Amino acid sequence: MSASSLGYNEQGGEAATEQGQEATPTTAPSVPAAFGLFSSDTKKNEDLKQMLESNKDSAKLDAMKRIVGMIAKGKNASELFPAVVKNVASKNIEIKKLVYVYLMRYAEEQQDLALLSISTFQRALKDPNQLIRASALRVLSSIRVPIIVPIMMLAIKEASADLSPYVRKNAAHAIQKLYSLDPEQKEMLIEVIEKLLKDKSTLVAGSVVMAFEEVCPDRIDLIHKNYRKLCNLLVDVEEWGQVVIIHMLTRYARTQFVSPWKEDGVLEEDNEKDFYESDEEQKEKDQKVKKPYAMDPDHRLLIRNTKPLLQSRNAAVVMAVAQLYWHLAPKSEAGIVSKSLVRLLRSNREVQYIVLQNIATMSIQRKGMFEPYLKSFYVRSTDPTMIKTSKLEILTNLANEANISTLLREFQTYVKSQDKQFAAATIQAIGRCATNISEVTDTCLNGLVCLLSNRDEIVVAESVVVIKKLLQTQPAHHGEIIKHMAKLLDTITVPVARASILWLIGEYCERVPKIAPDVLRKMAKSFTNEDDLVKLQILNLGAKLYLTNSKQTKLLTQYILNLGKYDQSYDIRDRTRFIRQLIVPNEKSGALSKYAKKIFLAQKPAPLLESPFKDRDRFQLGTLSHTLNTKAIGYLELSNWPEVAPDPSVRNVEVIELGKEWSVALGKAKKEKPTEKFYSDSEEEESASTTDTESESTSESEKEKNGKEEGSSMENSESSSEELSDSESESKEGSAKKKFKTTEESDSDDTEKKTKMISKKRESSGSSDSESSSTEESSSDSESESDSESDAESRKHKNAIASKVSSPIFVPMKTHELLHRMSGKGLAAHYHFSRQPCIYGNQMVSVQVTLTNTTDQKLENIHVGERKLPAGMKMHVFNPIEFLEPEESITVSMGIDFCDSTQTASFQLCTKEDHFNVNIQPPVGELLLPVTMSEKDFKTEQGMLTGMNETSTTITVAPQNSTRLVLLEKVVKAANLGVVPSGQDNIHRFSAKTVHSGSLMLVTVELKEGSTAQLIINTEKTVIGSILLRELKPVLSQG
Amino acid sequence: MRKSKDRLRNESPNQNPRGVTDPGASGPDQSLPRPFAGAGGGCSAEGGAAKARGASGTWCEPDRPGRIKLLQNRVLLGRQSVSSTCTPLGSTMIHSLFLINSSGDIFLEKHWKSVVSRSVCDYFFEAQERATEAENVPPVIPTPHHYLLNVYRHKIFFVAVIQTEVPPLFVIEFLHRVVDTFQDYFGVCSEVVIKDNVVVVYEVLEEMLDNGFPLATESNILKELIKPPTILRTVVNTITGSTNVGDQLPTGQLSVVPWRRTGVKYTNNEAYFDVIEEIDAIIDKSGSTITAEIQGVIDACVKLTGMPDLTLSFMNPRLLDDVSFHPCVRFKRWESERILSFIPPDGNFRLLSYHVSAQNLVAIPVYVKHNISFRDSSSLGRFEITVGPKQTMGKTVEGVMVTSQMPKGVLNMSLTPSQGMHTFDPVTKLLSWDVGKINPQKLPSLKGTMSLQAGTSKPDENPTINLQFKIQQLAISGLKVNRLDMYGEKYKPFKGIKYMTKAGKFQVRT
Repeated sequence: MSASSLGYNEQGGEAATEQGQEATPTTAPSVPAAFGLFSSDTKKNEDLKQMLESNKDSAKLDAMKRIVGMIAKGKNASELFPAVVKNVASKNIEIKKLVYVYLMRYAEEQQDLALLSISTFQRALKDPNQLIRASALRVLSSIRVPIIVPIMMLAIKEASADLSPYVRKNAAHAIQKLYSLDPEQKEMLIEVIEKLLKDKSTLVAGSVVMAFEEVCPDRIDLIHKNYRKLCNLLVDVEEWGQVVIIHMLTRYARTQFVSPWKEDGVLEEDNEKDFYESDEEQKEKDQKVKKPYAMDPDHRLLIRNTKPLLQSRNAAVVMAVAQLYWHLAPKSEAGIVSKSLVRLLRSNREVQYIVLQNIATMSIQRKGMFEPYLKSFYVRSTDPTMIKTSKLEILTNLANEANISTLLREFQTYVKSQDKQFAAATIQAIGRCATNISEVTDTCLNGLVCLLSNRDEIVVAESVVVIKKLLQTQPAHHGEIIKHMAKLLDTITVPVARASILWLIGEYCERVPKIAPDVLRKMAKSFTNEDDLVKLQILNLGAKLYLTNSKQTKLLTQYILNLGKYDQSYDIRDRTRFIRQLIVPNEKSGALSKYAKKIFLAQKPAPLLESPFKDRDRFQLGTLSHTLNTKAIGYLELSNWPEVAPDPSVRNVEVIELGKEWSVALGKAKKEKPTEKFYSDSEEEESASTTDTESESTSESEKEKNGKEEGSSMENSESSSEELSDSESESKEGSAKKKFKTTEESDSDDTEKKTKMISKKRESSGSSDSESSSTEESSSDSESESDSESDAESRKHKNAIASKVSSPIFVPMKTHELLHRMSGKGLAAHYHFSRQPCIYGNQMVSVQVTLTNTTDQKLENIHVGERKLPAGMKMHVFNPIEFLEPEESITVSMGIDFCDSTQTASFQLCTKEDHFNVNIQPPVGELLLPVTMSEKDFKTEQGMLTGMNETSTTITVAPQNSTRLVLLEKVVKAANLGVVPSGQDNIHRFSAKTVHSGSLMLVTVELKEGSTAQLIINTEKTVIGSILLRELKPVLSQG
Repeated sequence: MRKSKDRLRNESPNQNPRGVTDPGASGPDQSLPRPFAGAGGGCSAEGGAAKARGASGTWCEPDRPGRIKLLQNRVLLGRQSVSSTCTPLGSTMIHSLFLINSSGDIFLEKHWKSVVSRSVCDYFFEAQERATEAENVPPVIPTPHHYLLNVYRHKIFFVAVIQTEVPPLFVIEFLHRVVDTFQDYFGVCSEVVIKDNVVVVYEVLEEMLDNGFPLATESNILKELIKPPTILRTVVNTITGSTNVGDQLPTGQLSVVPWRRTGVKYTNNEAYFDVIEEIDAIIDKSGSTITAEIQGVIDACVKLTGMPDLTLSFMNPRLLDDVSFHPCVRFKRWESERILSFIPPDGNFRLLSYHVSAQNLVAIPVYVKHNISFRDSSSLGRFEITVGPKQTMGKTVEGVMVTSQMPKGVLNMSLTPSQGMHTFDPVTKLLSWDVGKINPQKLPSLKGTMSLQAGTSKPDENPTINLQFKIQQLAISGLKVNRLDMYGEKYKPFKGIKYMTKAGKFQVRT
């Protein structure tokens, strides 16, 4: 192309592009430089468009890469929008990603076109791959197009219930985006936040708290129920989340707990250190006298759980914990943060800068905290100036009688620094030390006077200013120093210093009566050339001398006043006029001139040399506002402690049994299930990820083993987990109401209903655990429940007719000793059978072991060592326990497959140092799981188990046992049997299955006349049957 | 100095309308508000003024009074104000990121939400100009509508734009993490490299932040999401059309060990630990130690298959006064047993950094004898320094490097070193002497004269000498690793531990 074709360059360029496109799709056409910026740009874009429309992914990718490059450089690429948006559904994931990048950048500008892409995201939101779901949500919520707000809302709601915590995390992020796009959605979003706050995943916690802080930081009530959970999760949350959560919890704690500072408050007040001290606090203190302060356990929990985070490698986390301790911990405990803060000083200059600022604020109030680290704040010549001055500030704050001499020596080095700005700051610091510590005032003053002969003008000027302030605080006879300074007037040119000297001479003119007029004479000569600042002081000096020594200076002063009258600065003219009226008596002058001397030569209070960080503490430490010393947009005030703590019970949550928590830790090995039906399932997954990292390694190997075991009975494992989750949700919901609802719904006969009514009353009166209360009720209860879960269950049993495993009617509280504390060297262990279906394998009996540390030392690493199990028996041990505090106990659950025998399971219980041989022998009644069936089914089953499978005996029944309720109670106490509803009053039937093999175990008690009874047991497992028979006999015959 | 001037100006009567009060009186000193005082000195006066106007006034975006760029800014304003007014406040921690090179060009920008105009950086440039030196630029710069938080590394300013209150360390720490990630990805972090890999940079940044909130900052995870560019991969990608972008969620993201990727496989399983200690010290004129402390780190390079669980124990763990861990270290185990127990990330990482307090006596391995004198009368000064070993536990001190910032009055130096090379830059007045190894039999020295500017008086301070050195196979604190055990995997790894002592900020005042 030549210059002549300039007019057609547009078309020509395109033609060239096309040619180039055909040959090599990736190379850009060569554009003559003469075409100028604009034209070449559009042409490039044409080329990009074609590449985007090509069939080849590589061309598209190249184009997208170039476009992203343009965006990165800040060039406008918006006109490519239609071409780019077409590729949003690309199969190539990298192209897709880059399109996403583009969309997020330009969707706001091209809203109509952006809508074209929405359906793609909506589809992707349903993708089985969680990464794709998450990124679809991310992009969808980042497209700032108001029209799609409802779609976003829907997507967020769905994602917040997603199985994958990663998607839920993204949902939390999307909340903030939607809120900023459309604040109208606030209420709906708060609902989602509320839901996500309950999430137990560490991945979600940080993000949702962030969303909370953005959307509804005032809804502190949402935190109550989650407070303890957040405290406990904190260590495992990713570091960025930690920062956000800690800041939020700090705010929360300040509204919920009472001040822990009262004890030492008295001391603090005397020293005028405590800025929180107020009238309110005073009142509180009065109360305190009556009632000793006890820290709320939740308050303590927060303080305790944040402490390990001081060791974080992330400076922001350390700072967050430090500010938490500063604002929340008792003053005696806040000291532990100083070490970590000092450690941060090794970090990058930016981190240093922020940390030093915070330390400066802290060191004003509590010197003690940082005094031991004084030397860490020594200045190096290589520090940037801002770091130097911050360090100097801290050193000054820390100065006291004990360390001042070392400090002054250090300061002497600084004064000589080549960095003159810093040297000047040091002089100020010396001045502050001198006023604060009276012992060294004279030393400092002498030192500063020496500096007056320094060569550097800045240093001298600064010294003059500081000396002036010092002399004011010490109005003793410092005539010599003033004379010395008067001489300096000839050499010093820095206006501030000159002004200061003049002021000093004026102020103390009576002490230097000879020099003062002479100075005024000199100054009158140079008046016109002086800085405004100096001029004002000359006027001042003149006025003062006029009043004290009018004989010598009257003319001089009038000369100066005349000069001032015509000065350029109106400020000086004003001042001149004012002084003239005041001091020069004339007929018009008012009453004031009589007082002129008093006005000018009044005793002036000495200036307080204060730290510039003095007022910083009105801001929460570690915040941007604190750094800037001004309220930043969106700064949330830290409230004052409440006088009376709000109700602490709002933080109570239903206690989840220990056993469950331990058990879910192992549920992790399970695969994520494709159905979304069981919420409890996903919950398991979450809490699995919350388990301590400590237990991780060991549980890993166990899981593998567990996995193997499960593998053998794979088809059962799923349903067993369902059982688990069902029983869990039941125990969690726990509310009697719901339970009864289902009971009433179930079609049972009237008599039963009656008993239910009775037991209902009992339960509602609080004795839910009472033994006899609910045999009947729970049997029918379990029936109705098992109905609801029957679909999933039905394939499971061999005897599928009607028997379903039900929850135990009664769980005996009886514990058996596993290890006595004497033989266990202080470690005591008890076990009992929870009668729950075991979660580790459905052939196992679950055993709850309670370990107690009776020593006065920590027991560490409690775990199960070597096992001696009879052939076929299996055991699933608990996770090793990291440590057990003195007097603490912990309950863990194990699973043992006894192979339907009463053989003993022997194993070693080990601590870090010792191991003890222990064994568990199950009572035969614990080898069973109750099943429910109808009377009819029972009879059918019984009919099939006759002959060899039947054992029976005649027993005498104690009279008090003959009533129905008592009898049922006795039997289920002895063995884990389910009650079969019976039509006859004198026949009681119980059914169960063995845990290992699932064989039915049918027990019939037929009451006869004369307090005898026939006890019949039908089962394939004749051995167990006969043992059970033997065991039940005494139970019924004894009272 | 600016700060102090500010204060003095406030004190001066001309700012005090009451007039009667003398400058010495305490009144104005306390009562006059000093906006932004001490905020790093940055924008104090003008920033404050601008802020006031911005708040009351009509314009949304900053402009700077008395500047040539003013007009340009105004032009930009029209467009900018639209986007910034329709954005409600809040809701983003880090709004945008600008990368600025030392000559003041913005060479990369990334926005996580609506676009913030580049003109916001003018405030940064202003602060930069005022600070004269790059490292004096205040890390936090307020502007009327935004706050600029920056870090300076590898001669690049990483400037984050934020809109609302946020813990400043949060942003700063994140920016540093970004730099570390770039370094990890590309080997070096420089303007050229970033420009060359702009797409990867963009993809990485996209993953690191979502809506301004950090999403994935562990480099192990990021590398699974976006693979770092290597020559081989670039070639393969162009041939096969495969991509750098992972399509599976990194397993680490969901697990309790987010720092480690799964499915790690090596043929040679090895774990190396470097115990590196740095001595920070200030030595005074007479050679006595003013302050000395030891900062140590343990850097690890672990290339082990599977999910190894390592424990590292020390002979003398009590030495460690203050520690900070990589998140992988189990804190409770450390607290109770003083053992480092962890599942390591794959590759290089910093396991631990620790501090040996100043209370402990720190052995100073070198000494410097110096004789630097300026005479008032002549324009020549004497300069003589000798470096020698002190408490080195029999190890050789090597890599010795002496630098010193000479006073402005020094015009030139003519020196002769007994070993090594020396340079003096007459412009920056920086003297550096690369000594190398110290031979205790023949101590290295540098002698000669300085020529001073005629007519000026002698500098009142002798220069400070900064020292760098290295001692191999010695941890000066005496820290010793006892043993390293591995659990959870069957194979036997190769283990290695290296000790080294270095000078940190080691200064000798003369």
